Amino acid sequence: MYNSGKIIIGIIIFLVLATFPFWFNRGVAQAPPKLEVGTQEKQCVESTPFMKANHMKLLVDWRDYVVRDGKREYTSTTGKKFDMSLQNTCMKCHTQKTKFCDRCHDYVEVAPTCWDCHIAPVEPGQAQQAKALRSSN
Amino acid sequence: MDDARRRFLKIAGLSVLGLGIKPVTDAVATAGEVEITSSPNALKAKRWAMVVDIKKCLKAKKGCKECVIACNTTHNVPEFDNPKDEVKWIWLTSVKHAFPDQESQYAEGYYKDTLQDLPFVVLCNHCDNPPCVRVCPVQATFRRADGIVMMDYHRCIGCRFCMAACPFGARSLNWRDPRPFIKTPLNREYPTRSRGVVEKCTFCDERLAKGLQPACVAACKDKALVFGDVEDPNSEVRELLRKNPSIRRKPQLGTHPQVYYIL
Amino acid sequence: MLEKALTGSRSYKVWIVVLLAIVGIGFVNYLRQLDYGLGITGMSRDVSWGLYIGQFTFLVGVAASAVMLVLPYYLHNYKVFGKITILGEFLAVASVTMCLSFIIVDLGKPQRAFNVLLHPTPNSILFWDMVVLNGYLFLNIIIGWTLLGCERRGAPPPKWVKPLIYLSIPWAVSIHTVTAFLYAGLPGRGFWLTAIMAPRFLGSAFASGPSLLILFCLFLRKFTKFDAGWEAISSLAKIVTYAMLVSVFFFLCELFTVYYSQIPEHILHFNYLFQGLHGHSELTPWMWICIVLALVAVGLLINPKWRNNEKILPIACLCVFFSLWIEKGIALVLTGFIPSPLETITRYMPTPTELAITLGIWGLGFLVLSVLYKVALTVKEQTGDSASH
Ligand code: HEC
Ligand code: HEC
Ligand code: HEC
Repeated sequence: MYNSGKIIIGIIIFLVLATFPFWFNRGVAQAPPKLEVGTQEKQCVESTPFMKANHMKLLVDWRDYVVRDGKREYTSTTGKKFDMSLQNTCMKCHTQKTKFCDRCHDYVEVAPTCWDCHIAPVEPGQAQQAKALRSSN
Repeated sequence: MDDARRRFLKIAGLSVLGLGIKPVTDAVATAGEVEITSSPNALKAKRWAMVVDIKKCLKAKKGCKECVIACNTTHNVPEFDNPKDEVKWIWLTSVKHAFPDQESQYAEGYYKDTLQDLPFVVLCNHCDNPPCVRVCPVQATFRRADGIVMMDYHRCIGCRFCMAACPFGARSLNWRDPRPFIKTPLNREYPTRSRGVVEKCTFCDERLAKGLQPACVAACKDKALVFGDVEDPNSEVRELLRKNPSIRRKPQLGTHPQVYYIL
Repeated sequence: MLEKALTGSRSYKVWIVVLLAIVGIGFVNYLRQLDYGLGITGMSRDVSWGLYIGQFTFLVGVAASAVMLVLPYYLHNYKVFGKITILGEFLAVASVTMCLSFIIVDLGKPQRAFNVLLHPTPNSILFWDMVVLNGYLFLNIIIGWTLLGCERRGAPPPKWVKPLIYLSIPWAVSIHTVTAFLYAGLPGRGFWLTAIMAPRFLGSAFASGPSLLILFCLFLRKFTKFDAGWEAISSLAKIVTYAMLVSVFFFLCELFTVYYSQIPEHILHFNYLFQGLHGHSELTPWMWICIVLALVAVGLLINPKWRNNEKILPIACLCVFFSLWIEKGIALVLTGFIPSPLETITRYMPTPTELAITLGIWGLGFLVLSVLYKVALTVKEQTGDSASH
């Protein structure tokens, strides 16, 4: 078989690329970040373990209920009512996005694109709106 | 391709997270307690519509743009200096561009003298038979049961088929990042949009949900804009349409606009 | 078989490197567009589709034209085309690749392109266009590759390709029909609102695609060992002639309806094209060039003596190709937006970035085409199917 050299090199390059995520982070066991909940409230929309595991799905559900079904009120299992809003509910409690959402997301390496549009709360130390807007991710 | 896998490993590392993320509402609904409702204050209608009484819009002549400013402020609509990048939800235009097919050199006297060349307020017509909805390949724009032609900014792919389909030029693409061009004070309660999505007036769905009139209607002190349920025979809009002759933009196209003009 | 594309003459390699460079420049510019947004192009609120969608529309036609080889060969057993159907199929593959690339670069949020599959929407023509274009791409890749593989091994084609080949015939018609429907169903756009749009598209497709194929055949005959045979080329020329006449006729039908009825919503666009409107006449020179080229092409093609002259035929084909490229690739899309339904006129001028991206995608198309043709011709050379009979 001619060209087998090239094919083998190709396969090696492919394997290196495909396994890149595995060896790139090899052995780095970072400690989970410290989170600033950002509120005096004791309880999230749902239980903390539930939020931890499901908040992304909950947000997507909220989004679809609001935008597609025109329903905006959520009564949680605790019986409390919430306006289904990212900016006006989640972020009214979790007022320090950079020390809560971002910290955890950086740790797990997800970068939700929501903040391209949704406006993050102004946190101490970044007072001007323009600045808050620009550091949007 | 390995993105999901890597994320999965990281999450597994966090150890607290359960594996399968079940549909939340299902998961909680089995507890029988979660409820999704609309707020009791929300304004409801069978068919939302707007009446624009041009004869009351007299201050527009002197540069009044309260409705436009109110809308832009409420929705963080950017203002670009060049028409190429322009984004508009509600704007003022000449009769020639609002009703291009109604031109008649003699009727012009009416616009000139009686209406004193008033600019016309134009916005999305929230058509009953909206061509933009028909063409959207992802249902990012759709017609709600109450007639509002809604935008789902989360789904829009920016193909601009809706812009080609809309006969009223009511839709704008974000040709570039709109944020640096928001000239009104930022409304932190409402999101901006990002480059690459199409946007337009949604009859202030977010205000209706709180029991408020659309921002432009609330801002117009001369009551030139009236908003309500056309299917309700006792509504103010119906009253106006009963008492005054009204026209709509490009009715011949069969889109059934729901913004009516009293001249 | 693909490894056959890796070896070749010096000029072949230079050609590939040049194409790679063009693709690379296009790609860098696309990254800039991704970063800045579509505002980096000449498109605007009023002229919201431009060069990209124009090229897309034109190339759908080129892709559909493969059927002009497949149909006579498989349905009418016209053996003369046997040798070159593969060229048609691979041209279709390259064109559809370009079409899909043009759609992607035209999206405001390309990262969300999969929403089209996640939320299938049968009432949207664009959804169907995606379905038929992708289907057509796969059909042609599978058919072309399988047949070529069999040819190499000297084996008869497997039974299951026949139905696929038959399917590809109506499928080719469907891609251009559906693409025409993108335009022909929009209420506020008088320029596009015409039932003859799909027939017009097909007419011009069957002229532009085969004329390109003739140019390729003549080129290959001159510079490689592959000879399609004059009979095949001359049959193709006949197809181009009829298709060009039909598309000119369709266009004249359009002109009659518009100018005799004199409905402003339709006539204003044509006035803009042919004479300019309110001092805007960006497209007028293009349109007249288009008309002159079309007339020259018809004049040269209609006379069998000239048509069968190896020196004149390529000139005629170039005229056909560029005339239809102007008509589809530039005039058709832009004029639909000028004037806007609110009778405003907005100038459109593609920006250098937009041109570089457009060129990059053409480069990509030619790259795919060159590689596929190289493979096909090498196989044919080895099986001794390249010399003329
Ligand atoms: C009423 C205030 C309040 C609102 C509204 C709220 N949260 Fe929370 N959230 C909390 C508190 C308090 C905690 C921490 C509870 C604990 O320490 O157990 C928390 C915890 C969480 C956690 C888990 C953090 C961890 O420790 O792992 C996530 C994730 C979360 N919230 C996301 C959200 C999202 C998303 C929303 C909007 C849908 C939201 N929260 C709305 C108060 C709120
Ligand atoms: C305890 C850690 C943690 C905290 C705190 C947290 N998140 Fe997350 N979030 C995650 C993880 C893990 C994922 C990724 C899940 C996946 O990949 O499926 C995620 C994903 C998301 C996603 C979906 C992103 C995507 O691209 O699919 C959104 C939206 C989101 N988070 C919003 C928030 C918001 C808003 C907050 C703050 C109020 C927040 N999260 C706080 C851990 C966290
Ligand atoms: C392209 C801009 C854009 C992006 C990106 C975006 N949103 Fe939104 N979102 C909006 C707009 C605009 C609205 C308001 C729609 C309305 O009420 O008319 C909204 C509304 C919502 C709502 C309901 C109302 C509210 O006030 O929050 C939720 C929940 C939501 N988005 C969640 C998300 C999440 C989660 C993400 C990220 C995964 C996200 N959005 C990304 C623009 C965006």
